[in-house]
Amino acid sequence: MKLKFLIPLVLFFILVGFLGKGLFLDPREVPSPLIGKPAPAFEAPVLGDPSKTFSTADMKGKVWLLNTWASWCVACREEHPLLVEMLAHDIPLYGLAYKDVEQDALDVLDKMGNPYIITANDADGRIGIDYGVYGVPETYVIDKAGIIRYKQIGPITPESLRDKILPLLKELDA
Amino acid sequence: MIALRHIFIALALFVSAFSFHTTSFAQDQFSKSPAVEARLKKLSTELRCLVCQNSTLADSDAPLAQDLRNEIRKLIETGKTDEEVVAYLVARYGDFVTFRPPVNASTALLWFGPFIMLIIGLITLIVVLKKRAKLLAAEEVS
Repeated sequence: MKLKFLIPLVLFFILVGFLGKGLFLDPREVPSPLIGKPAPAFEAPVLGDPSKTFSTADMKGKVWLLNTWASWCVACREEHPLLVEMLAHDIPLYGLAYKDVEQDALDVLDKMGNPYIITANDADGRIGIDYGVYGVPETYVIDKAGIIRYKQIGPITPESLRDKILPLLKELDA
Repeated sequence: MIALRHIFIALALFVSAFSFHTTSFAQDQFSKSPAVEARLKKLSTELRCLVCQNSTLADSDAPLAQDLRNEIRKLIETGKTDEEVVAYLVARYGDFVTFRPPVNASTALLWFGPFIMLIIGLITLIVVLKKRAKLLAAEEVS
């Protein structure tokens, strides 16, 4: 065949394909090695009521979401209204206040509404390290056996809620 | 007069350069043991800061980097080996934290890809050269 001269052109387009795909990848999105592994156990004081504690052991047998956030985090404000809406739809959302001043975090909940059933207070960020948090907000979906099934890096969007989180919750609850 | 002003500006820059350094590691709880600090320094230059991804854990002043340095200090002080410290971070943040990716199934292409390309290149070269030699031989005959 005389089509051999096309080989470099084909190779060129394959290269363009790979580079083009690269343009649409987010290098800030580091896949978590914790997916499919047990959620790290922790016990932490409840935000606003340090005499009580929240423990992952209490969540055994339940499907739940852990949303890490902070009052100093701008992207968290962005997703906050959506979280408030989620609570109205009976989505079991728990918060983890990451490296925050307790009063600042409480002020945010006062002003913007509290979407969390309980917020645990991770003042020094130790729990965050165990969960591999590197930029709040990050949200984990944890199943009945305590296994992390999904991690949303960055704010939850209406799309990720509709296409990923809600179908997963439905599947896990069944 | 002008010379004096220059000296003043130079001095101000000099001082501010140092004050930047002291503030950037303000949250670091330095260990009393120089051996721990030395090991931390060596380890943290091989680990990636996840917040500012192209700098190492050693020279990032992101709050998470400071926390992780403190965490590594603690791990070293409790007698963990360098491998155990790296494994601790990889378990939480994935292979991405290491600047030297380990050889495994997902990084095989990264490690061996260049050699595969080299072999393909060599095979192509040999084939082309052989063909050319044949053509030349054919020409000589005719």
